[in-house]
Amino acid sequence: MLPDANPIYGESPQCDLHADLHEIVARHCGEKTKLLQLLNEVQACAGYIPEDAASYIAATLDIPRARIESVASFYSFLHMKPAGEYRVLFSDNITDRMLGNQDLLEQMCRQLWLQPGKVSEDGLLSINTTSCTGMCDQGPAMLVNGHAITRLTVQRIQEIGQLIRNRTPVTEWPSDYFKVDNNIRRGGLILDNKLAYGEVLQAARAVPPETIVSTIKDSNLRGRGGAGFPTGLKWEACRNAEGDAHYVVCNADEGEPGTFKDRVLLTAQADLVFEGMTLCARAIGAKKGFLYLRGEYRYLLKHLQAVLQRRRDSELLGENILGEQGFDFDIEIHLGAGAYICGEESALIESLEGKRGVPRNRPPFPVTHGYLQQPTAVDNVETFCQAVMAMHMGAQAYRAIGTEKSSGSKLISVSGDCASPGIYEYPFGVSVRQILTDCGAVNTRAVQISGPSGICIGEHEFDRKLGFEDLPTAGAFMVFDDSRDMFEVARNFVHFFAHESCGFCTPCRVGTSMLKQTMDKVAAGHGTQHDLTEIENLDHVLQTTSHCGLGRTACNPVLHTLKHFRPAYESRLKSLDFEPAFDLDGALARARQMTGRDDAGAHLKESE
Amino acid sequence: MTDTFQLDGATVPFEPGQTVMQAALAADHYIPHLCYHPEFKPHGSCKLCTVKVNGRTMASCTMPAEAGLEVESNIEELNTLRRTLVQMLFAEGNHFCPSCEKSGNCMLQALGYDLEVHAAGFRHQYPDRPLDASHPDILLDFNRCILCELCVRASSEVDGKNVFALAGRGITKHLIVNAESGQLKDTNIALTDKAMQVCPVGVILKKRVGFSQAIGDRRYDASPISAQALQDAPRASDASGECPACEDAP
Repeated sequence: MLPDANPIYGESPQCDLHADLHEIVARHCGEKTKLLQLLNEVQACAGYIPEDAASYIAATLDIPRARIESVASFYSFLHMKPAGEYRVLFSDNITDRMLGNQDLLEQMCRQLWLQPGKVSEDGLLSINTTSCTGMCDQGPAMLVNGHAITRLTVQRIQEIGQLIRNRTPVTEWPSDYFKVDNNIRRGGLILDNKLAYGEVLQAARAVPPETIVSTIKDSNLRGRGGAGFPTGLKWEACRNAEGDAHYVVCNADEGEPGTFKDRVLLTAQADLVFEGMTLCARAIGAKKGFLYLRGEYRYLLKHLQAVLQRRRDSELLGENILGEQGFDFDIEIHLGAGAYICGEESALIESLEGKRGVPRNRPPFPVTHGYLQQPTAVDNVETFCQAVMAMHMGAQAYRAIGTEKSSGSKLISVSGDCASPGIYEYPFGVSVRQILTDCGAVNTRAVQISGPSGICIGEHEFDRKLGFEDLPTAGAFMVFDDSRDMFEVARNFVHFFAHESCGFCTPCRVGTSMLKQTMDKVAAGHGTQHDLTEIENLDHVLQTTSHCGLGRTACNPVLHTLKHFRPAYESRLKSLDFEPAFDLDGALARARQMTGRDDAGAHLKESE
Repeated sequence: MTDTFQLDGATVPFEPGQTVMQAALAADHYIPHLCYHPEFKPHGSCKLCTVKVNGRTMASCTMPAEAGLEVESNIEELNTLRRTLVQMLFAEGNHFCPSCEKSGNCMLQALGYDLEVHAAGFRHQYPDRPLDASHPDILLDFNRCILCELCVRASSEVDGKNVFALAGRGITKHLIVNAESGQLKDTNIALTDKAMQVCPVGVILKKRVGFSQAIGDRRYDASPISAQALQDAPRASDASGECPACEDAP
C-alpha cells in the first residue's frame, strides 16, 4: 500500500502519491534517463520512496528493481525508508560550525527529544547534518524537506521546533526563514554587465559557428569550475567530434564547501548563463542542453523555469531561434539529490543519465563520448557567463582583463571570519591580501582557497595572487582568524570527503574513512607520532591510486594544515610511541551502567 | 606490423583496442589484479593493477595501450601501494581465512600471500553484514565482499538477469540482490549462471560442497597467483569463452 496523502510531506500541499505516481512517471515518458528526476519527485511527494512505488517505477521503466535501490541509495537526499515527515538537515561546513551550528543542532535535538541521525518514534521528524548547502555567507543554514533556511539563531530554532510539533506545513512557515541574499559586495565584468537579453546571441548569429569557437579560443578563456581547461579548445573538440547529437551541459552542481557564486549567478544573472549555453550550442551544433542544478538549490527551480519560459517566448530558445531557420536549442533542468561527486563532469553525466554518479574511466572524454555517449561540452555556470562577455567584447579586449595566463574576471565566494562575507568579483591577479582587506578580515591566520580540495595558505603567503599562474581557484575563499583551531578545520574537511566518496575505488572508499578515523583518534587525545606518519602514507596511496580528483585531493586539507600549523596537531598527541585506539576503560562503561557502579574500583587506571 | 610498448624492460606487442593489462597478460606478463576478469570489460575499481605509465600512475586494466609507452609494474614503490590496497580490503570487510571455505581458492588471500602482506596495517572495521542463506542451493556471505562488481557484470552481461547490484556509497557501499524482499531466494539466479562462477573471494557459494576439495589441494596451494593468473588470459585461439579459473573454483 502506498502511504496516505499527507500535506506536510513535501513541496506541494496537495500531493498524494496514490493519485500522482502514475502521473509523475507518465510525465517523464517512462524514460530510463529520467530515473533520478522521477525519484526526486516521488520523494518530494511522499517524503521517501515507498517499496511499491519502487516496484511500480521499475516495472514501468523496464529496469531491474535493484537499480532503483542502487540509484536512490547513492544520493543522500533520497530515502527508501520513511525518514520523518520533517527531514531536518543542518549544513555542516566549517563556516556553519564557526557560526555555531553544532550548539543549534543540540538545542533542537533536546527540544524535540531526538538523537541526530534517528527518526523520531512517532515518525514526525529526523535531524541530521549534510554537506555545505552553499549559504556560507548567511549561515548557519539548514534544509527542511529540501527547503533552504538561512541565518539560524537560538530563537529561530525554537520557532522551527514549535512549527514541527504543530505539524505546520513547511510551505506555511514564515517566508523570511527562506530568504536568501545575494550579498554582492563588489561587481565587475559579469555582475555589472548591462547586456540586453539576447543581445550577444543576436550578434553571434551574424558570424559562422567556427568564429564563435575561434573567438573563445583567442580570448584565452579557461574553465571557472576549478580545473581551468581552455574553454575554446573544449568547444572546438566537441564541435569536431562526430555523433548523432551534440549536447551542452551547465554544471551547477556547486558542491565545493565554501562556494556559492553559482547560486548568485543563477539568481541574479540567469539570462547570462542561458545565453552562454545557447552560444555554446550554436558553436558546437547542439540542439539540447541541460542545467544540472544541485539538490540544495531546489528553491531556484521556479525562478529558473520562469526565465527559460520567458526566453522561449522571446525566441531565444526553442525552434528557429531569433527567426533563424534550423537554429534550434532548448534547455532542461536536471535536479541533483545530494552528491558532491556529481560536480565531476563524467559523474555528472552518469547522473544525468539517471544512474549512480560514479566518475567514468577516461579516456574517452565527454567532448567525444559524453551524455548518451555523444559529444558533450560540460562547463561551469560562471564559464558560460564569461563566454558571453568574451564574445561581446571581442577576444582582444577580453584578454586585456586579468593576467597573461588568466583572462577575465573571477567571482570569489568569501565566508568565515570577516565583516562582509559575500560575492566579490575581481580581475584575475588580485592578491589574497587585497580580498582580505576588502572583506574586512582582521587577525587572519589562514585562508582556504578553492574549498577543501584546494589549498590552505598561511599569513606569509597572503601576497600570492589568484590566477592559473599562482593560486587557481573555483571561487571559495574561507577566512580563519587567530581564534580558530586549524586542526578542527582539517578534520571537518576530512569528514566531508569520507561522506562524499562515491565508493567506486578501493583507495578512496576505504582511505577516506581511515583518514577520518585517524583524525578523530587524534582529536580524542589518542594520537601519536605514528598517526601523523600514517596520515602521510594514506595521502600517498590516495594521491597515486584514486580513480578521480575527490580521492586525490582528500588529503590536501590535512597536508596543508600539517605543513603550516603542525603545532595544532602535535599539541594533541600523547608523547607515547604507541597509543591504542581502543579505550579500555570506555569499554567498561556498559558494564558499569548495568551494575549501577561508578566507584574507583569499576574504572581502569589511566595509563601514565 | 604490430605496435609495441615497454613493460618493465620487456617489449609487449598489442592489438588496437587492447588495454595495457590485456596486452600484458596476452604476452605472458603478470600484473596483479582483482576486479579485472579477461571475459569482461575492464572497469578499474580495485586499483591493484596500478602501474606507472611514462611516470604517471594509472590503472593498467583501463589504460589503452599505445605504441612506445614506458610502463613500470613490478617495482617496489608500486608493490608497496598494492600491499596497502590489499590491507584496506582486508580491513574493510570481515575476512577470517582459517574458517572460510574459499581459503586456498581466494584471490584476495592469494594476492596477500604473493605480495607478502604480513600485517593488518589498518584498524579492522568489523562491518555488520548479515548472511543471506535464503536460497536452497546458494549462500551469500557478504562479509567477504570486495565490491569488484564481477557478479554484477556477469549477471547483467552474460546471464541477462541483473540478480546483483550495488547500493549505498562510500564506505557503506554494499552488494544487494534484485528482489523486493531483498533475499536471494526471490531472484531468478540459477546454479549454472556465470554470476555463480566469478566471485574472486568467498561471497557467492554453492551450498554443501564447501570442503569437498581438501585444504592443501586447492588452487593457490599449488603455486602463487602470479604464476597462475596467466592461464586465465585470453588467447587468440580461445574463442570458446571458457574460463579456466572459473572451472577450478569449487
